[in-house]
Amino acid sequence: MAGKTLYDKLWDNHLVQQRDDGTSLIYIDRQLLHEVTSPQAFEGLRLAGRKPWRLDTNLATPDHNVPTTLKERNEGNDGIKDPVSKIQVVTLDDNCDDFGITEFKINDIRQGIVHVVGPEQGATLPGMTLVCGDSHTATHGAFGALAHGIGTSEVEHVMATQCLIQRKMRNMLVKVNGKLAAGVTGKDIVLAVIGKIGTAGGNGCAIEFGGEAIQSLSMEGRMTICNMAIEAGARVGLVAVDQTTIDYVKGRPFAPSEAQWEQAVAAWQDLHSDVDAEFDVVVELDAADIEPQVTWGNSPEMVLPVSGIVPNPAEQAEEDQQKAYARALEYMGLQAGQSITDIKLDSVFIGSCTNSRIEDLREAAAVAKGKKVAANVKQALVVPGSGLVKQQAEKEGLDKIFVEAGFEWREPGCSMCLAMNADKLGAGEHCASTSNRNFEGRQGFGGRTHLVSPGMAAAAAVAGHFVDVRDVLQAS
Amino acid sequence: MDKFTQLDGLVAPMDRANIDTDMIIPKQFLKSIKRSGFGPNLFDELRYLDEGKPDQDSSQRPKNPDFVLNQPRYEGASILLARQNFGCGSSREHAPWALLDYGFRCVIAPSFADIFYNNCFKNGILPIVLDESIVDGLFKEAASEEGYRLIIDLEAKEIRTSKGRSIAFDVDDFRRHCLLNGLDDIGLTLEDSDAIYAFEAKHKAASPWLFREA
Repeated sequence: MAGKTLYDKLWDNHLVQQRDDGTSLIYIDRQLLHEVTSPQAFEGLRLAGRKPWRLDTNLATPDHNVPTTLKERNEGNDGIKDPVSKIQVVTLDDNCDDFGITEFKINDIRQGIVHVVGPEQGATLPGMTLVCGDSHTATHGAFGALAHGIGTSEVEHVMATQCLIQRKMRNMLVKVNGKLAAGVTGKDIVLAVIGKIGTAGGNGCAIEFGGEAIQSLSMEGRMTICNMAIEAGARVGLVAVDQTTIDYVKGRPFAPSEAQWEQAVAAWQDLHSDVDAEFDVVVELDAADIEPQVTWGNSPEMVLPVSGIVPNPAEQAEEDQQKAYARALEYMGLQAGQSITDIKLDSVFIGSCTNSRIEDLREAAAVAKGKKVAANVKQALVVPGSGLVKQQAEKEGLDKIFVEAGFEWREPGCSMCLAMNADKLGAGEHCASTSNRNFEGRQGFGGRTHLVSPGMAAAAAVAGHFVDVRDVLQAS
Repeated sequence: MDKFTQLDGLVAPMDRANIDTDMIIPKQFLKSIKRSGFGPNLFDELRYLDEGKPDQDSSQRPKNPDFVLNQPRYEGASILLARQNFGCGSSREHAPWALLDYGFRCVIAPSFADIFYNNCFKNGILPIVLDESIVDGLFKEAASEEGYRLIIDLEAKEIRTSKGRSIAFDVDDFRRHCLLNGLDDIGLTLEDSDAIYAFEAKHKAASPWLFREA
């Protein structure tokens, strides 16, 4: 019999019941909650007179709707000027207070984007099952945890039963061999993978990312990659546990206590795919071939190396693709044959659950240091992923580097990744964004998003158009 | 949840691949704390020419005449015909809530994004996966025949056209059972509470660090 994949092991370790109809009941160790996808779930519990199965597995924080400007943040929930947004955040506070769920409220230093807060607190641990009403929950798979996004009905189901009804996914391995060039990051790896397999390439699969290039990455880089597994269609992204994982977790507030630490670490040693494990799909890439990536269209699979040329729809093989490309060029205001480096930018956004951790900010600051944001860039935002990331960045003086270069240094939240708060991209504006989705209207009505790494975003801010961050790093 | 047994409905064809959840219901409408009222904002950015805002009377807004649902022949449609990877993007259940509130009870496509597919069943919407060539055929028929309707028979797992042709489809037994009976799956899971307690005790013994003292 073939060995087990990491996904198989996590599945087996949480299998409560295998049913005759092919579904399984899977136990959930952690649920993260935020204001957008939880109110209807709490309401459902109340209407049915149900209580949460276990309180201690839930951890909540508001992130999507919170303002990122200091003046508004100092006013707490009253600083949320949009009354509908405010009701949603207040409702989360009220629900957590009523049910007795731990919440990091708007001005708690520990508040931030759920997918930054979980790992930072040690609330995300190797070997656990973790869910959240947000598709970017795939992020937490970087810890060798089985983590995926769920809808609001399932948020309620997990609160009420501590379980989910699931069907097992297929196993997919994305192996990135060799070493990455300097200036090329986890973001570039995952964009290159999506470019190769497409946004539906991972549908129905749990993707394990492996190979030397992945093993060499920090936890931040691994989180960026798993975060965007969903952009390849896979609900789950995974990376095997190694010493990098264990070192990251140690000493965090929700991590195992000293008495249990050795026992936990011993159990985590098994959290990798067996050498003889069989995958349903295997995709291999060579890290040396990966250049810094830039998306040009309205799907993350519409991506090119920074040295690339905007494609001609007429030259695409499939009719569907011809239509989709033509529509994307029209929406994005681009011409076939145009160089990626000729795309001028109006806005730059460094933040989101994909790229707002301390390492991301260091990477961007290294590029921005001693330089100025170009005159044609009307707004350049740096939005840390949590209050603690912000605090750490300030301790390292990164805030000063950004502010001196002409960036705005903001308070933590989801911000312009999806523009549910006041941070929005204007119609027709091009934005170099470290976020995860370049869908039409995602960052604001009519806004034009280009997904890039933090270093590429900072380099673009300084140049006013896309440039190869490796050239900038070499020159300085 | 309303039962889904048989649906005889008008078909609206949405001829575009990779319809994402931001297109189905843009983010400004996710601020609601209710499950209803999203229908007027379904496909908001495609359907209207201006930027939609929450709590606005959408009946007064300028409509995009080219958008399929704005064409009189598709008024009252309850079956949406779509292309591959429908519902990709976020986990927002507001997407099926908006489809349902508009009046759709069934979506037919060659493929769906996983989370969206699952969310449909929780809300009494039946997503049906058919071969691309079959879906292509349905698109052609819907375009050429005004008032094109289909009968969706979940009990028999088949679609019937007005000309009497039948197309079989596959659906997970558990999900079919829940839809046919309008069952709340939380109630069903709680019937297995003993199994959950038993697993929990074993799990706690093996991984005590996952059980923090409150």
